[in-house]
Amino acid sequence: HIATSLPLPSERDHLRPRIDLIVFVIDIKSKCSLKNVEDSLAYVDANFFLGKVYFLVTGVGRVNCCSIEINAISKLRETYCSPVLFCELELEGVRVATAQRLLRILQICAGLVPGFSALSFSLLMRNSADD
Amino acid sequence: ESGDPQRTALLLRKAWTLYSVTPLYRFCRGRLRDYARLLSAFIAAERQKGLAVEVGVELDIKVALSILPELQGSEQDQPAVLVQLSSRSRASSKNSEDKILWSGCFCCVYGDDLSENMPEDFTCLPLFLANGAESYMSVVGNWFQKTFDCIFRRLAISPFNLSWMVAMWVGCKVDKAASAMELVFSVPRLPQPLDISYAIHPEDARALWDTIQKTPGEITQEEVDVFMDCLYSHFHRHFKIRLSATKLVKISTAIASAHCDGIVKMLHSQYLSGVLMLLTELAISQIQ
Repeated sequence: HIATSLPLPSERDHLRPRIDLIVFVIDIKSKCSLKNVEDSLAYVDANFFLGKVYFLVTGVGRVNCCSIEINAISKLRETYCSPVLFCELELEGVRVATAQRLLRILQICAGLVPGFSALSFSLLMRNSADD
Repeated sequence: ESGDPQRTALLLRKAWTLYSVTPLYRFCRGRLRDYARLLSAFIAAERQKGLAVEVGVELDIKVALSILPELQGSEQDQPAVLVQLSSRSRASSKNSEDKILWSGCFCCVYGDDLSENMPEDFTCLPLFLANGAESYMSVVGNWFQKTFDCIFRRLAISPFNLSWMVAMWVGCKVDKAASAMELVFSVPRLPQPLDISYAIHPEDARALWDTIQKTPGEITQEEVDVFMDCLYSHFHRHFKIRLSATKLVKISTAIASAHCDGIVKMLHSQYLSGVLMLLTELAISQIQ
C-alpha cells in the first residue's frame, strides 16, 4: 500500500490488513519530502519503532542536486531508532535491488523468516551502518 | 595587505564557471614566463590541428600568466595565479589594445584543510574560475592537466549549498541601494520546463535574517533552515505552491549570484574574499 502522508484515511480501517512494515521514502532533492515524513511520523504507533519502520532515502546518485543535509537524515535515524537505506530509484537496476531488499525485510517483519525478529534484524542493520 | 584594487576588480561582474583542481605537481611560481611560452606553443599547435579555433578569425594569441597576491586567505594559501589569453587581430594596427579572449584564475582562500598535509612538491590551488569560450578552457585545461598532473572537474553547487549562500550573503551590509534578492526554482517532472522566480526586497530579506540569526558572525544550519522555511511558507501562503518540493537552481544577492551549474558572478569587492573562501571550501570537498 502506498500513501502520500499519514494518517491513513479512517474510512478504510476495517478493510485494511495488518501492517508489518512502514517505509518512509525521502527524496534528497526535495526538502518538502523530508518535512512530510517528519509530520507523518507523529501518527505512527510507538510499537512500530521496534524494527518495523525504515527510512528509504532516494536520489543519492545526484549529489549536486541535494536539498537535504545528511545530518538531518542521521538525526532521524537516531531519534526514531530506525535504519536508513540509501538508493537511487531512478536507476532501474537499483530500483529492482531495493525492491528485493524491502521484500526480504518485509518477510522478516511479518515473522515469516524463522530465527529473525523485526527487532533483532533492525539492530543488525543499525549496528553495521554505524561501523 | 592592500593589493592593487584594479587587479582584483577584474574578477568582479563577470560570469565565472567554476572548476575544482587537484594539487599541481612541481608548479613553480618563478617560472610563469616559461609556462606562458609553453602554453602559447601548445595553443598554436592545437590550432594547427583545427582545435580551439574561432571560425573566420585570424588571431595571434598571447598568453600571460601572473600572480594575484591579494587573493589569499591565510599564510598557508598559495597566491592566486591568473591566466589570460589575449589577441591582437593581424589586421589592426600595432598600437591597438589587446583584447582579452579568455581568463582563468587558480585560487585558494583559506584552503588549509587541503594544504595542511600536502607534500612539498604539490601546490594547492583547488578553485579555478574560467571566463570565456569553452574551446579555450578545453585547451588550457588540457595543458595544465598534462603538465602538472592535475585534474579539472566542473564544480556544481547543490541547492543545499545555494541556500547557505543566500543566508550568508543576505546579511551583508552594502552601502548603495542593493538590488533585489532573487531565488530561481526549477519545477521537476513537468512536460514543459517551468522556472519560478521569487524576488524579495533586500531590506525585507535582511530584516528577516536579522530576526533569525542569533550570533553575529556565526550561522548555524538551523538558522539557514528557518530562513528558507519562512520564505517558502510566505510564498505558499500567497501562491499555494510548495517551493520546498522544487529545486533551487539560482540565487542572486547584492554580494554575488550563483547558479547550480557552477557559475558565479561576484559583485562586491569588499566581500570578494568571503565568496572565494566559500567556493574554495566547495572545491576542496569535491576533491576529497
